[in-house]
Amino acid sequence: MAGTWGRFNVVALALGFAFLYLPIVLLVIYSFNESRLVTVWAGFSTKWYVAMLNNRGLMDAAWVTARVAFLSATIATVFGTMAAVALTRYTRFRGRLLFSGIVFAPLVMPEVITGLSLLLLFVAINFDRGFATVTIAHITFSMCFVAVVVQSRLITFDKSLEEAALDLGATPVKAFFQVTLPVILPAVIAGWMLAFTLSLDDLVIASFTSGPGATTLPMKIYSQVRLGVTPEINAVSTVLIGVVTVGVIVASLVNKRQEVLRQREAEIG
Amino acid sequence: MASLGSTRRTFAPWADPAAKPYIRFENVTKRFGDFTAVDDLSLTIYEREFFALLGASGCGKTTLLRMLGGFEQPTSGRIFLDGQDMKGIPPYRRPVNMMFQSYALFPHMTVEANIAFGLKQDGMPKPQIAERVGQMLKLVKLEQFAKRKPQQLSGGQRQRVALARSLAKRPKVLLLDEPLAALDKKLREETQFELVDLQYELGLTFIVVTHDQEEAMTMADRIAIMDKGKVLQVATPAEVYEAPSCRFVADFVGSINTFEGSVTKTGSAARIRDRSGTEFRVADAGEAAAGDTVWLAVRPEKLSISRERPADAANALDGEIWDIAYLGDMTVYNVKLDDGRIVKASTINSIRRLEDALTWHDRAWVSFSADAGVVLTR
Repeated sequence: MAGTWGRFNVVALALGFAFLYLPIVLLVIYSFNESRLVTVWAGFSTKWYVAMLNNRGLMDAAWVTARVAFLSATIATVFGTMAAVALTRYTRFRGRLLFSGIVFAPLVMPEVITGLSLLLLFVAINFDRGFATVTIAHITFSMCFVAVVVQSRLITFDKSLEEAALDLGATPVKAFFQVTLPVILPAVIAGWMLAFTLSLDDLVIASFTSGPGATTLPMKIYSQVRLGVTPEINAVSTVLIGVVTVGVIVASLVNKRQEVLRQREAEIG
Repeated sequence: MASLGSTRRTFAPWADPAAKPYIRFENVTKRFGDFTAVDDLSLTIYEREFFALLGASGCGKTTLLRMLGGFEQPTSGRIFLDGQDMKGIPPYRRPVNMMFQSYALFPHMTVEANIAFGLKQDGMPKPQIAERVGQMLKLVKLEQFAKRKPQQLSGGQRQRVALARSLAKRPKVLLLDEPLAALDKKLREETQFELVDLQYELGLTFIVVTHDQEEAMTMADRIAIMDKGKVLQVATPAEVYEAPSCRFVADFVGSINTFEGSVTKTGSAARIRDRSGTEFRVADAGEAAAGDTVWLAVRPEKLSISRERPADAANALDGEIWDIAYLGDMTVYNVKLDDGRIVKASTINSIRRLEDALTWHDRAWVSFSADAGVVLTR
């Protein structure tokens, strides 16, 4: 197959990847820099990771972020899955088109607007901004991503599976939890992973909706960078990149594996 | 019609006025938007009957089955099961089970767990579930596949799992939606007889939906032939074949020659004259009155084909052999009459080699007796 790799293709590929990943690679490399100066390489060291772990402010922000991400992803997955089920199943209810439009609009809505509108809401109802508001805001914008992922799975879901469960005596609720959910679970997990990583690296919406004592990691990094980039920030960013990368890869692998299984099943059947 | 072949066993509750129907559809109509899937349909099915709903796709047969299963609600009309009105009763509270066309096996469960699913919903104790699952696996000869997942089975094996699962709860009525459509021909033929034996042994009522007339004829005690949401005829396979109620049924089940004409003489020695002037002798023109337009329908195997006009033939037509389909066990001749009509005649190949076999473009006579055909008025 080597023959198909023309020189042009190789160059194009290299340029493309360099454009995408060079900045990130540099960040990762400099997180292992001995020197305090970001632009001067002074040998390999993991001391900034140690410094990062000892940085109370940074660790607090990381903990807030983790909790927000976990909680918002979980709730968004529940809501998003419910929305997806409703939109795929009940195709004949009035206003379905409007509903699906509303559910998916936040996908293309500028984050600044989502953040601003949420802020206005919280101010209007006099809701103290903090951990709860960030979590709510993250549920709002990530549930539509979950809905998209789960809906695409439900479209290929054989409805007679659920009917068979009903036929065998399961109530609709039991049929959903014992048959539908286990079958679409990989898509639900993928949706959760996606929601989790989206929440993890969100800066804009968090900045609008957060309050004192609920500074997320991206917010912390952003505010520290304004005072100057330190290798400590590089270290924490590298960790963040690692978590997000693993999350995205796992989500896509889970989905991919399920797809392969389904295809194999279709071939036999 | 009792003289027309005996049914597989002497079981004919529909002929007994005292017998109580087990399932009754009363003026059932089902509309999906503008489309009428089932149109003012009434039907009765008896206990222990193997009943087939036969029709082309879109005739409403599956909708009828799904209404009995509780997956669709009739737009109007009522459905009774064992004397109970089924209106508003959800699928999970009906004493019927369904075998789905796609089998609908739960992919995340083993064969065993699939079969046990319905029993678990009923809260049956575990040891009893295990015992019943064992019986079911034995019944469909899948004991060694208990721990497999559905995707590790062949099409025929999956079909058996689906059957075992739908029978596990011992439903009063089993609904089968195209149960054999996904199997290849040989397996399908074997399975047909297995299903019949199973139904007889278990003493259940089976209602099967199929578009395959051979399948319906092989398995069913009675067949309902459906078209455009209506039932055209409900009868035993022999009656449907030998005494179809109308041209649609005659044409849908097997192949048939129909001669359009008008009745010139009624009664037991009736005459029917077609537009080219041929007068057919018919033993019984039924209720047709003189001057009525009727169709004389004759099955190809009721026609004889010969080089000379048989001396004693009640009806004979001559033409040219236009096409020959050699099927092994029988040969079908398409004879083109001089006015362009094609008549099909089939003969059983009971002799291995015929000395003077008819061949393409030979002149030949097709003949049939006065009672070979049936007179249809619609």
